[in-house]
Amino acid sequence: MNHWLIAPILIPLLGGVLQAFMGYAPISLRRTLALGTTVLLLVSTIVLLVMADDGSYRLYAFGNWEPPFGIVLVLDRLAALMLVMTAVLALFAHLFSIGGADEGNRQFHGLFLFQLMGLNIAFMTGDLFNLFVAFEVLLIASYGLLMHGGGTARTVPGLHYVVLNLVGSAVFLISVGMIYSVTGTLNMADLAVRVLLLSGEELELVKAGGMMLLVVFALKAALLPLCFWLPKAYARATAPVAALFAVMTKVGIYAILRVYLLIFGDDAGALANLGMDWLFPLALITLTMGVVGSLGAQSLKTLVAWQVIISVGTLLAPIALGSEEGISAALFYLLSTTWTVAGLFLVAELVASQRGSALDKIVTAPRMRNRTLISVLFLIGAVAAAGLPPLSGFFGKLLILNSVTSGPEMAWLWSVLIIGSFFTIIAYSRAGSIVFWRTVDGHIEEPKPLGGNLRAATGALIGLSLVIVAFAGPINEYTDATAAQLQNRAAYLEILQTPMVGEEN
Amino acid sequence: MELVFALVIGALTSSGVYLLLRARTFPVVVGLTLISYGVNLFLFSSGRLATGGQPILGSTESYSDPLPQALVLTAIVIGFAMTAFVVVLSLRNLADNEDDHVDGRQGERPEKPEQKSEEERSQ
Repeated sequence: MNHWLIAPILIPLLGGVLQAFMGYAPISLRRTLALGTTVLLLVSTIVLLVMADDGSYRLYAFGNWEPPFGIVLVLDRLAALMLVMTAVLALFAHLFSIGGADEGNRQFHGLFLFQLMGLNIAFMTGDLFNLFVAFEVLLIASYGLLMHGGGTARTVPGLHYVVLNLVGSAVFLISVGMIYSVTGTLNMADLAVRVLLLSGEELELVKAGGMMLLVVFALKAALLPLCFWLPKAYARATAPVAALFAVMTKVGIYAILRVYLLIFGDDAGALANLGMDWLFPLALITLTMGVVGSLGAQSLKTLVAWQVIISVGTLLAPIALGSEEGISAALFYLLSTTWTVAGLFLVAELVASQRGSALDKIVTAPRMRNRTLISVLFLIGAVAAAGLPPLSGFFGKLLILNSVTSGPEMAWLWSVLIIGSFFTIIAYSRAGSIVFWRTVDGHIEEPKPLGGNLRAATGALIGLSLVIVAFAGPINEYTDATAAQLQNRAAYLEILQTPMVGEEN
Repeated sequence: MELVFALVIGALTSSGVYLLLRARTFPVVVGLTLISYGVNLFLFSSGRLATGGQPILGSTESYSDPLPQALVLTAIVIGFAMTAFVVVLSLRNLADNEDDHVDGRQGERPEKPEQKSEEERSQ
């Protein structure tokens, strides 16, 4: 039992509850408290990262109910990495929202913090049903955030998003029910033990349940053919919300990594590598689809939204192959792409705020204000996203390319990834040259000055791709260790033997 | 009992899926509700169907599994909240677009000027 593990859930919960009760307090007070909560959350996740770096598993059992009977939180390297990634992203997105995006709805900060709570529960939980609850917590907050800021343009994509996710939840429940009816447990570690004991009809039931679970996670991760809801919804959300949503698809990827490596991993007997042969081609098609979409994008935000889909494809391809190097490379790229894409959403918002009525559409328009700063930020972000040297996207993609062993998979992955990256560069250069260089004479009314926190938040998120390059060695060591830990199933199963409070003697 | 139970779940889910694929928000909401009824019953049956069983060991001859009941309760609460939200969202859609089509305004398409559709696409 380690009580620190509950901190990343309790901090946003208490902060969010506080916000819910002070909707009518002065906005500066609410902002300070909300930002303080996010900073506190970041500190707690860094503490957990340092703790998890020793490679052991830590457990928190709710109500001191010993697993597999109670719900547990489990901290390992992967969970800690996801927590820190989310907390850093959340801090800068939150900072950006204080530039004015949080006005218009008194509960913005509360929803934002509840969303973080849902994300953190999803990353820490060691129980399949608790994962469902975490998904619901983060989804219901995301419904509110997606609608934030009003405007009729958001109603229809929001409706699609909500209905799709409700169907996803129903499928999740059905698969959980199927798995429970056979194995009699929902604790992930216990499930990993029980699936080895199944045979005959029971095996088929769990197989069906596992495949349905993959459908749900693919919907969250926006894998083709379940990705068409994403570009519209993300492109129309408020910028800091879209930036935070960059991590939402990664929750699906995290769930695939966690559940399919632990329960249906290499040692799972008849269920080994369930669904992974489907995942690889789908990931490559998703990547292609994302590239095609970004070439056809008519606004910067849509372009970045398609970049989210490209990164999902790029991430799931090495994960589906399942080698240790591949997973390590995917985790490195995950870190890079999440921050970069979020930064690009913020850049697109800055562009939209400085171009008058042209907003972020990829059309010629009068020269924008603050062009130098914004164009440099866009350049760095685009280079990192497309995967050109010397920024982090390049190293991430290089690691992924390096991790495949030769064979038909290598031919497919190399050709799709490299040709895809080439067309991504074309998409970004087309967008960038039209928006920043091809200007026409005209007058745009003086926009609101760019606030310091807007510049700082965007600059920091984009600049993180430089930081990742500077610390590429340590980060890569960490992801290598994470991948090794994920492949070692036996160590995870030992959490079932963790003594509860009062048993330690 | 198993057959009746299975038929009920099947009927609820299939009508739910049919309604979900309709183009108006009202049938979609009703469809979602029916699906969640079906799912809840299914989840309940994952602890095996038994009559007269109590979820406490030793109180009766046969005991029933308490966990699916807890899961169903959680699922009902979450499903209820989500349905309430989707109803409000559909009403908002109706108010914003003066049409309850799931893709927004549809009725005016023939006389809609070219410029408007161009603008909507680029948004």
